[in-house]
Amino acid sequence: MSDTVNVAGSLRARLALTLIGSAAAIAVLLFFVVRTYAAQIAQSGQDNILEASVTSILDAATLRDGDVEVDFPYVAFSMLNTEADDRVFYAIWQDETLLSGYELLPVADAPDGGEIVHVSAQFDGASVRVATAARILVGANARNRVTVSVAQTQDALAGTLNKISRNVGLIGAGFFALSVLVASWATNTTIRPLERLTHSITRRGPKDLSPVARPVPLEMAPFVTSLNSFMARLDTSLKQSEDFIAEAAHRVRTPLATVRSHAEATLQRVEREDNRQALRSMVRAIDESSRAAGQLLDHAMITFRADHLETEPLDLVELVDDLVTRLAPVAEMKDIALTVVSEGVVMVEADSILLQNALRNLVENALKYAPGESEITLEVFATPQPRVEVRDEGPGFPPDQIQGLAARFSRGENAKDTIGSGLGLTIAQDVATAHGGEMTLTNLPEGGACVTFLL
Amino acid sequence: MRYIFALIAWLCPLMGAAEEWEDQNAFGPAAATTTLRVLSSTDTALFAPIIEDFLRSRPAVSVEYLVTGTAQIDEVFRAAPDEFDVVISSAMDLQLKLVNDGYSVPIETLSQPDWAQWRNSLFAFTTEPATIVINRVAFAPEAVPQTRQELIAAMRARPEVFRGKVGTYDVRKSGLGYLFATQDARASETFWRLMEVMGGLDARLYCCSGEMIDDLVSGDLMVAYNVLGSYVAAREDVAETLEIVLPSDFPTTMMRTAFVSSRTDVEAEAAAFVRHLVEVQTGPRNPDVFPLPPLSAAVDSAGQAVISLGPALMTYLDPLKRKRFIKEWSSAVIQ
Repeated sequence: MSDTVNVAGSLRARLALTLIGSAAAIAVLLFFVVRTYAAQIAQSGQDNILEASVTSILDAATLRDGDVEVDFPYVAFSMLNTEADDRVFYAIWQDETLLSGYELLPVADAPDGGEIVHVSAQFDGASVRVATAARILVGANARNRVTVSVAQTQDALAGTLNKISRNVGLIGAGFFALSVLVASWATNTTIRPLERLTHSITRRGPKDLSPVARPVPLEMAPFVTSLNSFMARLDTSLKQSEDFIAEAAHRVRTPLATVRSHAEATLQRVEREDNRQALRSMVRAIDESSRAAGQLLDHAMITFRADHLETEPLDLVELVDDLVTRLAPVAEMKDIALTVVSEGVVMVEADSILLQNALRNLVENALKYAPGESEITLEVFATPQPRVEVRDEGPGFPPDQIQGLAARFSRGENAKDTIGSGLGLTIAQDVATAHGGEMTLTNLPEGGACVTFLL
Repeated sequence: MRYIFALIAWLCPLMGAAEEWEDQNAFGPAAATTTLRVLSSTDTALFAPIIEDFLRSRPAVSVEYLVTGTAQIDEVFRAAPDEFDVVISSAMDLQLKLVNDGYSVPIETLSQPDWAQWRNSLFAFTTEPATIVINRVAFAPEAVPQTRQELIAAMRARPEVFRGKVGTYDVRKSGLGYLFATQDARASETFWRLMEVMGGLDARLYCCSGEMIDDLVSGDLMVAYNVLGSYVAAREDVAETLEIVLPSDFPTTMMRTAFVSSRTDVEAEAAAFVRHLVEVQTGPRNPDVFPLPPLSAAVDSAGQAVISLGPALMTYLDPLKRKRFIKEWSSAVIQ
């Protein structure tokens, strides 16, 4: 019953991992999207200022006496002041000639209409953003194309971006932490009905195979339906096997008894010694079969009942006395004395049918191996735990096999001449285990076997 | 290589100088393992105490202090940036452009307020207003003018007293003079009227504050416009003769700035020198020992705003703008 379940994976872990994993993915995605968006906004902010600067310089360009003059305002550069003190570069070109500024500054091709072109470039070891615009000045006899570029390094922008990245990173981390909380809450809520079902089934009594009645979530309905129908089938099949055991016991034992009585009757009538010998062997074989069938059925019944113990308070001493009374005729036939030693009443909580069966098997075993005119003692103890010791004066257990004797169909080497199926000790052991007790086999120092049946 | 250069520079005065320095002084032991070459526009007398203070705890370091005009500093340094370790100048615009053009290294360990530094490379260490310096003789009975307007009125009223005896910077030669002039022109039209009046009185043009003060003391000048008051205050012999007027209509205040050359071989010492300079000038100190005016807040109690360190300073350095400004200035002053 306590077999370990074959576990592969965990629903809770899978659910939690899925939720947390997707939260992490969303947080990372959020970080990159917001950061990219913020970078675009910050860049467009710088572009706007560069644009204003270029425009103010270009607007100041005039033709005077055929010469281009660019008397640009102070504000053209002062507006480029940034927190990080970004470097400023500019170039003013008249057609292909540099009028002033930095000759090597990369200049984009700008259309004549004053439209502003923005490019990112490297200049003097720094990455710069360049805004360029051009304008045509028409003089008396020439067209002059004036191009103005203003560039600024991106330290302040990088600073802003770092700040934004840090904040977005913190928001992402916060979002993720919150998601983890929500995920663990969601996981627990989802798993709870499953735990509740497990709990309610675990708590059931041994014979309770009734269908699960309490409400379950929609997703669990098919499972619970299957479980219910499985339990119904199990219930039916258990009832059937109970019936079968009773039926089989009846059907096997009755004809065997009939055959035995016929054989005995025939034995009375035949005179020839070899025929009588054959009939005696037959009776002996029938006895063996009958006993084996009985024990097999006992064992089957115990196996079934052990799972569905029907315990009740009973007096162990009374039970032992009953047993001795019933087996006394058999003992007398072998001139064996059955003695019960006890101290008053020993109350135990046990299944009386099983207990009777187990003790009967132990005593029958003792009867089988004990020599004639010996004594079998059944001693009942109340402390420290209720137990029964069955002692005989037979040959005892073979010491090297004492561990495995209780196994099914195992018989001691010294039992070859004795009738037996090898199930007696197994039945007693199963009953002891079913009651949470144990059975131990020992040999007495003065000779003889001792079986301790502990509840 | 640098040491050979230093040696040549040392020997140059003996062999006939290749470079025309206004002043050239060596501080510290001759056997020093490290020599800092400081290119500066500030008179040695004003700077020597700071250098000596710097060298006191550094026995292995010596300083070669080279003085020249602000415009020459820009020229000399751009031509050979690897020959100098620290550049100090009062021409904020030229200094800022040098830093903008990548001639400096940041000093990460020095933290200054935003208005007193640019790119953590260019550090201000004084605040000095441009002043009107007057020889008291010219205004013996009359009231001393307190604004540019009053100065214009006074000069117009008594042209015979002032003819040939008014002076200002020649903005074509002096970087600081150009900075003051352009900032004045930006602030008010009064500047142009003043220049026209001075031009009408045959204004004398100077390269440096020192010469103007000399001529004021000797009586060759009665009024000098845009002189550094700090230079006058530093001279003990002139207090009786000269009066410093801080124009109350609008002030023009500059900051001396320093930076470490990006091509220096002794960055650590050069940075230490600038840090020491800033620390001396911003901390509590004895003005008798350190005569340079301290670095005070961007706006002082008199409401004086300093010229701010920013890319806008590059505006008037643009050749087109400069050409136009000089033309206008020349037509006003040189009549």
